[in-house]
Amino acid sequence: MKLRWDTAVGVLLVAVFLTGLGTTDGFASRDNLAFAFNDIAEVALMALPMTLLVVAGQVDLSVASMLGLGSALTGQLWDAGWAFETIVPVVLLVGVIGGLLNGWLVTRVGLPSLAVTIGTLALYRGLASVVLGSGAITDFPETYAKWAVDTTTVPGTFLTYPVVLFIVLAAIAAVVLHATGLGRSLFAIGAQEDAAYFAGIRVKRVKLLLFVVSGLISAFAGVVFTLRYGSARADNGQGFEMLVIASVLLGGVDFDGGKGTLVGAVAGVLLIGVLKNLLTLNDVANEVQVIVTGLLLVASVLTPRLITTVSAWRHRRAAASTS
Amino acid sequence: MKSSPARRRAAATAAAVCALAVALAGCGGTTKKDNDNSGPAKTDAKADPGAPLKKGLKLAFLPKQINNPYEKLIDRAGITAAGEFGGKGKEVGPSDASASSQVSYINTLVQQRQDAILIAANDPNAVCGPLKQAMKKDIKVVAYDSDTAPACRQLFINQAGSEEIGRSQVQHLAKQLDYKGEIAILSATQNATNQNTWIRFMKDELSKPAYKNMKLVKTVYGDDDDQKSFQETQGLLKAYPGLKGIIAPTTVGIAAAARYISGSSYEGKVVLNGLGTPNQMRKYVKDGTVEQFSLWDPKKLGYLGSYAAAALASGQITGAEGEKFKAGKLGEYTVGKNGEIILGPPTVFDKANIDKFDF
Repeated sequence: MKLRWDTAVGVLLVAVFLTGLGTTDGFASRDNLAFAFNDIAEVALMALPMTLLVVAGQVDLSVASMLGLGSALTGQLWDAGWAFETIVPVVLLVGVIGGLLNGWLVTRVGLPSLAVTIGTLALYRGLASVVLGSGAITDFPETYAKWAVDTTTVPGTFLTYPVVLFIVLAAIAAVVLHATGLGRSLFAIGAQEDAAYFAGIRVKRVKLLLFVVSGLISAFAGVVFTLRYGSARADNGQGFEMLVIASVLLGGVDFDGGKGTLVGAVAGVLLIGVLKNLLTLNDVANEVQVIVTGLLLVASVLTPRLITTVSAWRHRRAAASTS
Repeated sequence: MKSSPARRRAAATAAAVCALAVALAGCGGTTKKDNDNSGPAKTDAKADPGAPLKKGLKLAFLPKQINNPYEKLIDRAGITAAGEFGGKGKEVGPSDASASSQVSYINTLVQQRQDAILIAANDPNAVCGPLKQAMKKDIKVVAYDSDTAPACRQLFINQAGSEEIGRSQVQHLAKQLDYKGEIAILSATQNATNQNTWIRFMKDELSKPAYKNMKLVKTVYGDDDDQKSFQETQGLLKAYPGLKGIIAPTTVGIAAAARYISGSSYEGKVVLNGLGTPNQMRKYVKDGTVEQFSLWDPKKLGYLGSYAAAALASGQITGAEGEKFKAGKLGEYTVGKNGEIILGPPTVFDKANIDKFDF
């Protein structure tokens, strides 16, 4: 049987979880689990469109900057006296526009997404600083803030609002990726873009759509972040793009495109979240945590390659011995 | 107009956005109103000033950033102090000083059931939610160095009162100048809240009759930029040849001014005083450019924080104004307004003591 990396990540996740149960007081308490997930809620949200993008052979490095811009806008508009109900659609619209710009530069101008989104990473973060400066806006109403904290659960369940939101969006993303024509076309584009084009897939439109969804979700993650911390700042979520991409790659989605599962990506996100929580609970220094995440990531990129190389080598040997 | 799949999709997205907006709007149009984070955290508990300090208290220091040498000094002193009363201290924290990075640490400290969390907040509000939860679970919260919103902690250990800092700067310089001559201020940025508060108190102090022979000729701003502070010093001394003294209440400013003066013809003619760190200023104190400067002692800050947290956790105090507790070798302290405890007058550093400090 061929070992699949996303299965391995699932097993690793269970192992880390069981280690937590066995070794760490309070690890399995509802409060801790709710918190451990909420702590990576925005990363998890942004990992969903990122999974689809990477499957299609694209990447969006501007997600965390869009989160910052969403957060800065939320704060500034709130401070200017706007109603929250008006702010959210405006922020989402800005996310869509940002996504359109990324998608336009990639599909119409024909630039590689890595280069484009390195640029917009700086651009959106810069805009966030222009919108809000270096200050913070903090007086958000409890009514909304309570949705985002780990003590408030959706009535009748033990799940917090960000968790429920994530479950719903993850289910949608899983269906889109694995059970629709659009999903199949993402794999096709990621595997062989030219072939996909000649097979009649509207490659550019699909890519554009992906970037728009990524911008939209990232801006929304900015709203969630702002409420969760009760603090709108231009530098919110700085560096999150790396965590998002790390989670997705850790989940076995191939950076070259064409391969991966949404379940794997979700397992990757959860693994990063649970591991971070477990290490922090055990007073493992931050630097060591960063090293552990880095090593896992290298392993996740390296292992599938090794498996392929080894099986190819075996194949050749088997072929040689029969001839 | 023909309806392409992309257009249909765009329309669907727009519809989804609108639906979300309507769903949110259904909850009522909420706009900005006053928050409730302005007053200090209230407890129903009664203080018992005679209670002994509990043994085995677990205190956690959460600095702005784990590799900040200044805060490390505070935390180490606090951890040592915890040892004095049979408690156990530790330092945990993020490697970056962003607004949200401390939050996951607060949550894990709550899970670990620490008796008290001491925090130098990166953002006064981002840490609020989890700190309030910590207090609900009877974990004491003490802010130090950089305050949180008052509702999110029981005590704030302030390095020094703004008034005391402002006035003492003028008093020190006046003594050095024998209460005569023109002076100037080299500040950080024009809108730095702490700097402006200090300068206001400096001006107030100068208006007293004792300083009638002293005149503040100008306040310049070096923007906490070494180069700019250097140039501003240069400009100041050119523009006012009769200048006798400069107060630089900023660690960047005072070091840059000292660097300019030490290599110029003004050495020995112009007195420089202000707020600086011993490591930055050691050289200028030793070569005589600067006779003295001041800053709070971070070790004392950590020491006091540790004892204050222990007093809270042992029930000696609750954080209400007027309560008193004993902070080991630093003596007795009183909780001030808004749960604030002031460490005391800034420490003056000069040739005699500067080698005892390393920060």
